[in-house]
Amino acid sequence: MFELVFFSLLNGLVFGMLLFLLSSGLTLIFGMMGVLNFAHAGFYMLGAYFAFTLTGHIGFWPALVLAPPLVGVAGALVERHGLRRVHRFGHVAELIFTFGVAVLIEEIVQLVWGRVAKSYEVPALLDFPLFTLFETSFPAYKSFMLLISVGIFVFLFLVLTRTRAGLIIQASLTHPSMVGMLGHNVPRVFMVVFGIGSALAGLAGVIAGPVLGTFPGMAQVLGSIVFVVVVIGGLGSLAGAFVASLLIGVLQTFAVALNYSLKDAAAALGIGLAAQSAFADLWTVTIAQVAPILPYLLLVLILVVRPMGLFGTRET
Amino acid sequence: MSVAIATAARSTAAGARRYGLWITTALLLAGLPQAFASPIAIAVLNKMGIAIIFALSYNMLLGQGGMLSFGHAVYFGLGGFIAMHALRLLGGGPAALPVPLLPLVGGLAGLAFGALFGSFSTNRAGTVFAMISLGIGELIASSSLIFKGFFGGEEGISGNRTRGLAIAGLNFATDVQVYYLIAAWALLATALMYAFSRTPVGRMANAVRDNPERAEFVGYSQRTVRFVSFCAGGFFAGIAGGLLAVNYEIVTEETVNLVTSGNVLVMAYIGGVGYFVGPIIGAIIFTLLQSLLSDYTEIWLLYLGILFLATVLFVPTGFAGVLMMHEPARRAGRLHRLALPYLAAGAVALGTAVGVVGLLEMVHVWSSAATGRTRLRIFWTSVDVARAAPWLVFAALAVGGVLALRRVAPRAAAAFGEATDRGQGAAR
Amino acid sequence: MALRHLLLVALALLMVALPAGAPPQAQETIKIGYIDPLSGPFAATGENGLYQFRMAAERINKAGGVLGKKLEIVGFDNKVSPQESLVQLKKVISEGIRFVFQGNSSGVAHAISDAVLKHNQRNPKDRILYLNYSAVDPALTNEKCQYWHFRFDANADMKMAALTDIIKQNKKLTKIYIIGQDYSFGKAVAEAAVKMLGQKRPDLKIVGNELHPIGKVKDFSPYVQKIIASGADAVITGNWGADMINLAKAANEAGLKVPFYTYYAASDGVTAAIGAAGVDRIRLVHESPAPNPKAPTDAAAYYTAYKKLYPKNDVNQPRILTGLEMLAQAINRAKTTDADKVAAALEGAEYTTLNGDRVVMRKADHQLQMPIYISVHTDKNIVFDYDNSGFGLVNESRVELDKATLPTSCKMERPGA
Repeated sequence: MFELVFFSLLNGLVFGMLLFLLSSGLTLIFGMMGVLNFAHAGFYMLGAYFAFTLTGHIGFWPALVLAPPLVGVAGALVERHGLRRVHRFGHVAELIFTFGVAVLIEEIVQLVWGRVAKSYEVPALLDFPLFTLFETSFPAYKSFMLLISVGIFVFLFLVLTRTRAGLIIQASLTHPSMVGMLGHNVPRVFMVVFGIGSALAGLAGVIAGPVLGTFPGMAQVLGSIVFVVVVIGGLGSLAGAFVASLLIGVLQTFAVALNYSLKDAAAALGIGLAAQSAFADLWTVTIAQVAPILPYLLLVLILVVRPMGLFGTRET
Repeated sequence: MSVAIATAARSTAAGARRYGLWITTALLLAGLPQAFASPIAIAVLNKMGIAIIFALSYNMLLGQGGMLSFGHAVYFGLGGFIAMHALRLLGGGPAALPVPLLPLVGGLAGLAFGALFGSFSTNRAGTVFAMISLGIGELIASSSLIFKGFFGGEEGISGNRTRGLAIAGLNFATDVQVYYLIAAWALLATALMYAFSRTPVGRMANAVRDNPERAEFVGYSQRTVRFVSFCAGGFFAGIAGGLLAVNYEIVTEETVNLVTSGNVLVMAYIGGVGYFVGPIIGAIIFTLLQSLLSDYTEIWLLYLGILFLATVLFVPTGFAGVLMMHEPARRAGRLHRLALPYLAAGAVALGTAVGVVGLLEMVHVWSSAATGRTRLRIFWTSVDVARAAPWLVFAALAVGGVLALRRVAPRAAAAFGEATDRGQGAAR
Repeated sequence: MALRHLLLVALALLMVALPAGAPPQAQETIKIGYIDPLSGPFAATGENGLYQFRMAAERINKAGGVLGKKLEIVGFDNKVSPQESLVQLKKVISEGIRFVFQGNSSGVAHAISDAVLKHNQRNPKDRILYLNYSAVDPALTNEKCQYWHFRFDANADMKMAALTDIIKQNKKLTKIYIIGQDYSFGKAVAEAAVKMLGQKRPDLKIVGNELHPIGKVKDFSPYVQKIIASGADAVITGNWGADMINLAKAANEAGLKVPFYTYYAASDGVTAAIGAAGVDRIRLVHESPAPNPKAPTDAAAYYTAYKKLYPKNDVNQPRILTGLEMLAQAINRAKTTDADKVAAALEGAEYTTLNGDRVVMRKADHQLQMPIYISVHTDKNIVFDYDNSGFGLVNESRVELDKATLPTSCKMERPGA
């Protein structure tokens, strides 16, 4: 039992921090521009594919450095030539625009790289078990993932609180018009933030690609879960995104370990439920079975009860 | 006295004009199967009719109520499932349900689920609403595979529409009979939705969309208005779902999933969410692309994506919006002046499109087809992607087209401006 | 006013784009419809299938064709959607095609089977045959069987019968873990495994029976953790696509070294994506022998010829050739393309596959009866690899026809009976 808890916690932490890498960019973009970026997971996918191609030519480590800025540039271009254009039509148009970009990125990836999964592998240098406990090994690459995401978290935190640029970004989060009046080029700040957010998503793709798979559906798999994270954490709140990422990461890994159903719960209370009724599916479904969809339930509940999320200060 | 008669005559004329449109449409719909008799044409028409109702119901939320939903397929699909269960339960029994009423069962199911989920999701508009709809969409889509009893798992639920009660010899053994059923329901649903948009609630939905605070000042609760629109949207989506159950005789998880929800958004937007007929045009275009474009190209989804994004970027009012833009010019009788500049711009745009499509198709062959295959049949010719010449030709067309478009488009726009301005001047 | 104009435009659009009802003209070739995904996420599988059909048709045409005519494969893109498949089926009917092959997704297979049955009941003069080369839901040849459907792949239960037969002989296996996607196929695999293992190896313990939502799991480590904690010494899974790749990768990372018995963990990119993570871990249950370490001469020649034509693809479904050749022979025997007569000729038909196996189309349920093979994912002794990855499948064991055959609950309605 201990090893199950221990490894579940560790895996939950790795996955949660990866979610944070993704959601930090998304929540920054939302906080500043009021746009929930549907294409965000698309940039994550682009990161993985860019890194896959670059790895084939120049190796994993240069790719790790080069791919995220490339994705960042792609993101900045999308903001400059697309999002800014539809901005005047309002938030709904912006949301629809990013939805379209998400669809297009997926199609372009299929056009360029084909539809089959790519064999983007863990670099040989990190392809060994870091330690083995109770016959279970923990791969070195996962600790590397954890290291990178924690590093980025610390870096982001320092930049936002200790530098001038960070202060402007923070101010733009809450008082965009005031920042504009003070003479800062708000559209450029938007573009830069969008680019950085995309680059962060790209970085997440680069490091997650070898573990979670590099295939055209990878954006969809993570896309909506990232929304769940930023919404639960509170739109625009970086701290909220951090807490929610870990929460979701750990929740998902632990729920998998729970083989209990409503029927079991009822049995514990001394109520017997008919196994053959029309609702039998509902009674017998276990928590483990529905683990990956629990976040969506949480999303709906949070939005209904507390639309600003756990750490959010405003609604939309 | 004479004034009264004149008024009456005018109102009759207005009435004739108003109902004339519906009657003409009805006659046209009745004649369509005669013009297109092949099974595939009927199948596409049936699909289109269902898509039209579905897209119109979606626009009750997005276009008229300002609610961006990513989970509208929930009401469409659940309507379909319940209708199919009704067909199976009542199909052969003594209390047989006439098949033509099945869509109503779907509609009521859609209404019920709309009321259930709408009761908490319409509290707020904007992003919160969009996110809740996404969450509900994901939940229902995921459950559809888990709860096999109700959704039938991967293979869905199937039934036999000919087992239903036959009325006047109609047993729906042929697709043409189903076509008439769909056409009738489409006309009825369209009329009802149009009427809804004219009721005070429909008008208030617009007001709440544009300025919720002022709508509250007028004395309407924005929540209630949104809730009513949402329920109505669910009802009509359910009708479309019920028709789907009758048409395909099978309802599967794909009807509730997020792809279907995304498709209906694309339909409504391409057609134009600001206009009542927009979604109708969008549904027609989308269905044709989906069912026929795939005969010609494997990357039709990419073209659809490009079309959608281009719409969002350049013509956010959609297809209907572009057409409506020309209304003043038409009224002024100056539409013919636009013909030449438009023809020029259209020709250049066509050339650009040929270049872009050629390039994309060649990239597709080069990247994903077997490397042994380098020949591509496109635009009635065959090109070899291993050689430079076709790449250069298509690239030249695409780049040259864009450059030329930059010169021609402003001219067309100027011509449009002129025709419109003068038109308005004349009208004034 | 404006409304009317818009509607007219909409109608004009319709007129331009809708195909008018042209009657199918006399045909030079015998057309075979192929309804499978040719766009979207599953297009890779669908395309590879189409190429293999073309290759098989080419082989038949070189040998003289069918009734003196050539076979022509016509692809129809169904986007793996049941509804879209039905629209494409109408297209098939419109073009006067009478034979339809389909294989990807049992959901689609049920939809097509149902639609073909209804079509044939309602249009007795214009009947068509549905030839299923890959959808393995047992129901299609059991409780939902019908006369116009023929299956050329071993169904999931037959594969499980073969697999459990292997497990029965291997006394070292005492604890089995079952994991699968939470939908019909995953559940069918789990149920069959529990039932058959219970009969054949009552001493064996099933230490886990897990279902996870299909295509929604991002990280399989927690599942692998559970498998490790259970102490299982073999895993059975029906997972496919990304869910299979990620499960294999997570098992490799956590150092889980037990065999994974799978149905779909090979080819169309999966072999390359699993790569080293699957070596000696992934085993595959399938209806034809793997091409390694040594394929029969005929088969090897066919695979080589295919590879030359389509260097990025592999012959991963030899049953496509089996299905098309059996159909061609049945048409030749019936001396007509009339669906009723061809169906009658297919019933009970026998055929020797490229690999030298004797197979029979059982009359009772239209399920092809064949021996079943189990092979292992490796990079040693590979002559024909998959996805040009250097990895491929090597034969491990063969379960004879009499062990793999299962009774059927099918009671089909025969025309004229």
